[in-house]
Amino acid sequence: MKVTVDSTKCQGHNRCYAMAPGLFKVDEFGYATPRGDGTVPPDLKEKARLAVENCPERAIEVTED
Amino acid sequence: MAEPIKDWTTDYDIFDAGYKKNPFPIWDEIRGKCPVAHTERWGGSFMPTRYEDLFNIARDIQHFSSRNVLVTDFEAPPEDADYVAPTDEDLAQYNVGAPPITSDPPVHTWARKLLLPPFSVTAVAKWEQETRELCASLVDGFLANGTADGAADYAQQIPPRVIASMLGIPSSMAAEFTEWVRGFLELGLTDPVVRQQSAINIFGYLNQTIQERKANLREDDLISYLLTSEVDGEPVPEGHVLGTCFLILVAGIDTTWSSIGSAIWHLAQHPEDRARLIAEPDLMMSAVEELLRAYSPVTMARYVAEDTEYAGCPMSEGSKVLMNFPAANRDPAVFENPDQVILDRAKNPHIAFGVGIHRCAGSNLARMEMKVSIEEWLKRIPDFKLSDPDNVTWAGGQVRGPRKMPVSWPS
Repeated sequence: MKVTVDSTKCQGHNRCYAMAPGLFKVDEFGYATPRGDGTVPPDLKEKARLAVENCPERAIEVTED
Repeated sequence: MAEPIKDWTTDYDIFDAGYKKNPFPIWDEIRGKCPVAHTERWGGSFMPTRYEDLFNIARDIQHFSSRNVLVTDFEAPPEDADYVAPTDEDLAQYNVGAPPITSDPPVHTWARKLLLPPFSVTAVAKWEQETRELCASLVDGFLANGTADGAADYAQQIPPRVIASMLGIPSSMAAEFTEWVRGFLELGLTDPVVRQQSAINIFGYLNQTIQERKANLREDDLISYLLTSEVDGEPVPEGHVLGTCFLILVAGIDTTWSSIGSAIWHLAQHPEDRARLIAEPDLMMSAVEELLRAYSPVTMARYVAEDTEYAGCPMSEGSKVLMNFPAANRDPAVFENPDQVILDRAKNPHIAFGVGIHRCAGSNLARMEMKVSIEEWLKRIPDFKLSDPDNVTWAGGQVRGPRKMPVSWPS
């Protein structure tokens, strides 16, 4: 599973980072990017799905391998 | 007395006393019958209530401008009012807007970039300890009495002091800030004289403070940060600094204390939620999001920049659109059991802070203040109730929250 953030949609709400700091990082403006290449470790899969569901800008997607 | 409301879908009044107190069934009615309502009251406006519509309109900045974010306009105050006209100097001073909330791109883009870093999660964390001590001392001040006003004695005392600290202004100004901001955003929405005089007070005070700060720059306050920042190699224009300070003050006080007050109001009536928060402190993060969703305080406005049509609804240039984010956050199409507060709600993409390019710049600060104020209250007052549930008074219109809310506990 991989997680991506659409930087044209992200507005820096910080919801994904607050929920799953192991998967996302944010810059000083609050804009989020995936950590590393976005690969989701098995124990964070549920968090990745939650991040998708809670992003108010619908900027996050997960793709299954 | 205002005329009675004939039909909420065609004649709504966001300043109606019943609406301020309990808008939830009204939103359900509008959402079910005619999701984009309209009224001629207060200069006329449209009001979307479905999540999807708020999402779409907030992101369509071409048609829906933020140049004017208050629903009521006052070209000229009424002649019979007890009114002292502002001088030209006064008017020149405050004709700077409140960037970036009142900006469209391209100004919005750099103005927002300037404002976001001091409100990042990391930057806001630096104010947490001070906020915690403030909340603790407020509760300690009335704890032995067994009663307090959760709105006036607690919620309302927190944000003005935190904002004062961030601006590098003595917290002894908190009472004036509170009065001015209420005058501008609460009472002033329906009273042009109060609104204008409050604006003059705020701009006048901030302008004087900015002039003093220019001569004595500091390391760690927002005014110095704005004064020493550059945009494209040039200092930020001073009028912009003033407008942004005005925004920080006006948007950072009334809104956050409304959220804190609503959270206390909810917890006063829900012992099971108090018990859960005390037993499971890790729940606080999702609980804050859920309280923000269920009791979202802020309804901003947009200004129709060019004739358009939305959901079959023609909107002409110059019309106002009331961005009812609080109603969107109770939309059953997105939120299961929307009227129930579920502290560990898993799916909660609420838009209490708006959506799109105007996402509230102070959202991380508001969250921190809510979390800390609830924690410090529950630590000292785990068991409490509304003393007189029917007589809680609510401010509403564009910012909703309790204003008089006596609570009591075993002392």
